[in-house]
Amino acid sequence: MSAFAESEAKETFVLNLGPQHPATHGVLRVKLTMDGEYIVEAEPVLGYIHRMHEKMGENRTWAQFLPNTGRMDYLHALAFNHGYVSVVERAAGIEVPERAEYLRVITSELNRVSSHLLWFGAFILDLGGFSPLLYVFDDREHILDLLESVTGSRLTYCYFRFGGVYNDIDGDFVAGARAFIKRLRGRMPMYHNLVTKNIILMKRLQEVGPISAEMCRKYGATGPVCRGSGINFDVRKHEPYSIYPEMDFDVPVYEQCDSMARYMVRMDEIEQSLRIVEQALDKMPEGPVMAEKVPKVLKPTKGDYYHAVETARGSFGVRVVSDGSNTPYRLKLRSPTYSNLSLYGEACRGMLLPDALALMGSLDLVIPEIDR
Amino acid sequence: MNCGAIKQKLSASGAESVSETDYARKGFALDVQVAPEHLVAAVSVLDAEGFFIEAVTGVDWLGEQAALRKEAEAKAAAEAKAKAEAAAGEEAPAVAPPAEQGELPEDALEAVYDFNHYEGLCRVTIRTRMVRSKPEVPTISQIYPGANWHERETHDFFGIIFVGHPYLVPLLLPEDADYHPLLKDFRP
Repeated sequence: MSAFAESEAKETFVLNLGPQHPATHGVLRVKLTMDGEYIVEAEPVLGYIHRMHEKMGENRTWAQFLPNTGRMDYLHALAFNHGYVSVVERAAGIEVPERAEYLRVITSELNRVSSHLLWFGAFILDLGGFSPLLYVFDDREHILDLLESVTGSRLTYCYFRFGGVYNDIDGDFVAGARAFIKRLRGRMPMYHNLVTKNIILMKRLQEVGPISAEMCRKYGATGPVCRGSGINFDVRKHEPYSIYPEMDFDVPVYEQCDSMARYMVRMDEIEQSLRIVEQALDKMPEGPVMAEKVPKVLKPTKGDYYHAVETARGSFGVRVVSDGSNTPYRLKLRSPTYSNLSLYGEACRGMLLPDALALMGSLDLVIPEIDR
Repeated sequence: MNCGAIKQKLSASGAESVSETDYARKGFALDVQVAPEHLVAAVSVLDAEGFFIEAVTGVDWLGEQAALRKEAEAKAAAEAKAKAEAAAGEEAPAVAPPAEQGELPEDALEAVYDFNHYEGLCRVTIRTRMVRSKPEVPTISQIYPGANWHERETHDFFGIIFVGHPYLVPLLLPEDADYHPLLKDFRP
């Protein structure tokens, strides 16, 4: 037996993926121990853009923290707005007018569609297909224009206020939203024909990157990751908030546990979000968009409060501890992809490197939200 | 999913107190207080019931004991004043001697664990308190591997030591960080 053959089995090497790598969509580093093309161990290294939002929260008033929420998950900023205003409203006992809740749902669902569209483009880009990214940016542009007209910004929204929203929509927005829904519904069959039914995509995703339901539970995975593993869990149905109980929509669940299942969950969710927006536009009542008598200096009752919302990536929870003063005593932000990424090390053990990248793409990572 | 049954099982596992909270007001259903030595037992109960882990975090209660004493003194002073007013005119009120000021008990660090269930609506919050000078609590990462990162993060921010954790090195902070920014006495 030659020395070469003996050492072959044990020989591994360390490969650094990132922190600057196109497939990680941000500054995430993964330390991979490789045996040839196979991954022996993967250790994500976080914190490259850690900004300590939780400490910032303790150093400013309740309202001053609002803009921070849009800077964590920059792709679904409105859901992060929603989570934070909801928990403060719960703590301070503020009632929100119905029209404001409708506006919150309409805008955050449109935002969810834009997030899923961008994920779709970027995911296919990871797998080597360039053109879908250009198509989705075309679609996404319409949503950004719509949201810009009402919120005043295009990406890091800060639209919600304690007790409502800061701006009402006009006829142009309603007409624009309806036209967009019609447009995107016309485009989805094209995406499915062009991408979903593509044999190369199927070979790359089907039966690749299994994440079992038990693994989801042990790591606290939520959102499309757990719904692609057969777990029917959506905060909008599970702990209904805002006006979601009045909306008729389905939660897409796939049992296959592979990257394809997570892909299909998100593609189906786009249609469900469009349904919600459509119904909300139909049912929206007239009225004020801000509660009256919201105190200028907010001092929520002493105690601790929790509120969770469903973002495009899963359950975002905020725990606040109030000492009855005008600044939070403690602000905990439970971000969904932090938990979703924590299972990566176990999930990609023994996988081929290109498949592990497909798995990472199917987790839909947004690094500023993981690092906070 | 029955919150009441879980409440009983948690009580039986050695939790100091298990109270049901108003979900609509607080956002969680069960508030559980356990001593660090009974934490693993309580978490095992939730694991057996199929809960998933949402988050682990901490709260620094620096200054709580002083505030509690101040509150108690204010209350005593108010009572004494009310008594004196009731007795006014009859006899000169005896001046109450100030209560003997003992050493303040040490402030606490609290570790907070959030669990939720994929099926029923029953968010469980487990709290465990330890003294600030010796913040040690057993790890639960052998039960929930997802707690690994949450505990590392909590160690980063609060310096809580999760005894038995396989890899307690900074996760979000720089790898050589020796400070804990969420402690209330942290100065950059």
